[in-house]
Amino acid sequence: MKETRLGEFEEVILLLVGILGEEAYAFKIAEEFESQTNRSVSIGAVHSTLNRLEDKGFLTSEMGKSSAERGGRRKRIYTITASGERALEASRDFKLSLWRQYPAFATGKLDFGLK
Amino acid sequence: MKSNKHTPPKRAERFLLWFLRRDLVEEVLGDLDEKFYQTLEEKSVFKAKLNYWYQVINYLRPFAITKSRSINSNHYAMFRNYFKIGYRNLYKNKGYSFINIGGLAIGLAVAMLIGLWLHDELSYNKYHENYEHIVKVLRNDAHRGKKFTSPSLVRGLGPLFRDEYGNHFKHVVMVRARIEERVIANEDKMFTQAGYFMEPDGPEMFGLNMIYGTRDGLSDMNSILLSKSVADKLFGDTDPLNKVVKMDARWDLKVTGVYEDLPLNSELKDATYFAPLKRFLEGWSYDDVWTNQHMYIYAQLNPESDPKEVSSVITDAMLDHIPRGTNNAQPELFLHPMPKWHLYSAFENGTAGMSDRLKFVWFYGIIGVFVLLLACINFMNLSTARSEKRSKEVGIRKSVGSLRKQLITQFLSESFMVAMLSFVLALFFVYIILPWFNDLAGKDMNMLWTNPWFWLCGIGFIIVTALLAGSYPAFYLSSFKPVKVLKSGMAVGRSAATPRRILVVFQFTISIALITGTIIIQQQIEYVKNRPVGYSKEGLIMFRPRSPEYWGKYQTLRTELKKTGVVKEMAEANYPLTNTLGNNGGFEWEGKDPSFDPSFNTIYVTHEYGKTVGWEFVQGRDFSRDLQSDLSGIVITESALKLMQLDDPIGKTIHWNPSWQEPASFTILGVVKDMVKGSPFKPVRPSIIFPSERDLRWLFIRVNPQASLSEALPKIEAAFNRIVLSAPFDYQFVDELYNAKFQEEERIGSLAGFLAVLAIFISCLGLLGLVSYVAEQRTKEIGIRKVLGASVTGIWRLLTQDFVTLVIVSCLLAGPIAFYLLNNWLQKYDYRMEISWWIFILAGSGALVIALLTVSFQAVKSATANPVNSLRNE
Repeated sequence: MKETRLGEFEEVILLLVGILGEEAYAFKIAEEFESQTNRSVSIGAVHSTLNRLEDKGFLTSEMGKSSAERGGRRKRIYTITASGERALEASRDFKLSLWRQYPAFATGKLDFGLK
Repeated sequence: MKSNKHTPPKRAERFLLWFLRRDLVEEVLGDLDEKFYQTLEEKSVFKAKLNYWYQVINYLRPFAITKSRSINSNHYAMFRNYFKIGYRNLYKNKGYSFINIGGLAIGLAVAMLIGLWLHDELSYNKYHENYEHIVKVLRNDAHRGKKFTSPSLVRGLGPLFRDEYGNHFKHVVMVRARIEERVIANEDKMFTQAGYFMEPDGPEMFGLNMIYGTRDGLSDMNSILLSKSVADKLFGDTDPLNKVVKMDARWDLKVTGVYEDLPLNSELKDATYFAPLKRFLEGWSYDDVWTNQHMYIYAQLNPESDPKEVSSVITDAMLDHIPRGTNNAQPELFLHPMPKWHLYSAFENGTAGMSDRLKFVWFYGIIGVFVLLLACINFMNLSTARSEKRSKEVGIRKSVGSLRKQLITQFLSESFMVAMLSFVLALFFVYIILPWFNDLAGKDMNMLWTNPWFWLCGIGFIIVTALLAGSYPAFYLSSFKPVKVLKSGMAVGRSAATPRRILVVFQFTISIALITGTIIIQQQIEYVKNRPVGYSKEGLIMFRPRSPEYWGKYQTLRTELKKTGVVKEMAEANYPLTNTLGNNGGFEWEGKDPSFDPSFNTIYVTHEYGKTVGWEFVQGRDFSRDLQSDLSGIVITESALKLMQLDDPIGKTIHWNPSWQEPASFTILGVVKDMVKGSPFKPVRPSIIFPSERDLRWLFIRVNPQASLSEALPKIEAAFNRIVLSAPFDYQFVDELYNAKFQEEERIGSLAGFLAVLAIFISCLGLLGLVSYVAEQRTKEIGIRKVLGASVTGIWRLLTQDFVTLVIVSCLLAGPIAFYLLNNWLQKYDYRMEISWWIFILAGSGALVIALLTVSFQAVKSATANPVNSLRNE
């Protein structure tokens, strides 16, 4: 049995793959990660995570088109699978249910615009 | 675009390509290029390149690394499987594996022990720093056309070498030509120690390892260098430097240095002190500088000098100096280099011949190789006999796709594993046996854990044995056609057993010869030990009081000792009871042929000697103090009487005219049984014993038979110390000294016994290999015989009779060989037993019984096996 839980970094990467759609390949994802989180990351780290997520069955990939700035090399485009989406949903629902049980949130002292 | 001018750093790219998984190359290179050009546009070239490196390094992750290692892990799994199968095979046949591995390990252990022994023999004297350049000066004298070699030289040669031949030598050192036993005392602590008197350059030349002080410690006449162990005995933990010790209660010597004890494999191993030669020579007359040969001369050559060349230069150095009339021996000098001292010192007619030590080096070397070879061959045989059981495994492995190469690897790796196990076991054995072996060999050998050669040999051996033992199954079994083996099993002609038969006969011949040898050696020792010695050895103490304080106190000590009640009698003699020193000719008696001048062992004793040592009188009487005339009386031994051929010896007169003493006449008072003082294996020396009232060197004490030694010794020591304070009571027991004369023979005996046990063990292994091979071959035959009604004893006989024949053949071969060799060995001894025929019967039948037991072990197993098991597979 493969580990199907999502780590924090994995979750973000998975979301980014969804956000980037057709442009979801390692370099772009790393760029997006850096600009969205202001945290620096190496392409290798992202690639490794993508690879792991693929192993877990949350992503599929195929080689895309080639482009000039890559010296004519093709890129590997990642797409979320159904189970990937389910894992994201499960993760979100789980966190929401936790939030709901959080007293400060329930009494409206904390407001995240999520009413 | 800038990007055309700059490209990603080539080296980083190459590095990436080196480790990156092939299928990732395209995408990763693409991603990294994009990153590079983006950084290049936004930042600088340097930053872009740096970042590229950073990204490359960050690809060093398990998922991205090329799978060459995963190919390795397949190999690993394969080897693990081989070892697992190998291990299971060993485990399944526990008894057989135990015997096989144990047998090889024992053979290997013996070879290692012999190797250590050889290493020790060949590294003799290497402890000394100037090993390569040290030489000993030797002298060849001519007598009746033959040359005799001796190391004793005259004192004049040392200065002569230094003055006239100094350009060849770095050091010339004269040493008193005998190890000197002296008492060394620090106040009340005193010990009799052996050491050398030598010239001041000695410590530097021999490269003593100084713990305290310097090597320059012998320049002053009143100085001494002590070995570590003596310094510890005398001074405990305190610094002995500049303390004063007393030698022989006469000389005060200042300790100028302490050196590390010399190892047992050094020429000077017995030296526990070095004292200045000047001290020894003080008061010595100068008349004998060119006549008295009482020095050894050691020298260190200059690095460019060759011992042979210098030998030819100095060969006649003595001739011009020795007085006329003494040079008819034509002494020739030559240099003997240190590396040759130990093994090449048996000179025969001026050239180094085959010394006993060298013989032993060869002998043991050959035995070592031999034992190893036999153990290896047995190991191979047993492995081979067993491996035929596995032909089915080979068949199946081949049918499921094993390549022949893989099968070869499998069998080789298996035998490699077994050889390795044996090696580890052998190391363990050697480690356990080594103290005992050191004792037996009289050496101080250590495991050469840090010696690269030792490990190289070990590893080499493992590889060779593994290849040899594994080669048969590896190359032969793996060549089978799977269909054939799986269908009908192995079919090997019985002729394959012939070399094994020869091997078994060979091994048993050696074993039986060794067993015979062991029995005969033990019997010879026993026989000689029971030889009547003419005095009573038990309860007799011998010692030498080395102090001027004792001189003239013979009677005082005697009364004092007798008062203790534990001493029956005390006496003195000029020589110990354990050697035959003191030989003289020049005797005349009635009826003697004038041209006949035999040499007698002449000793001087006090009147109480006979009572003390326990003479057995054949005729006449002992010396008596009551008769003054007895001082010109003598006692002779039986063999002396036989030599003189006197019918009625008592009262006869003997004239003695030695060159060094006034001639005198003596009356024979008594005849005693022969006293065995020298080697108990040799004929006894005819002796003439003279009474004396002077101080004689050796003291004998007969302990009262009623008193136990443990209570007597402290009382004797106390009595001695009441009279003499400056010398220790360093006593020896005569019976122990006598037994020590058998040491060499007992050593040979234990070694032969050890080898005999080993040989019989190895032979049985060979036999077991053969019988299990044959039984394996004949499983079906035995099954059918049983079904048709053969009895267990019948089958047992069928399987054993072949081997019994082999062992009997070995007996017939071994008998004459053993008889020839041992008869030769016995010829060395004048006092020897006769070899009787029953020894051969005993050794042969012993070997036969052991062989029969070994064979029966397998034969009974095969004979009692259920035939259904062997026949149902058809």
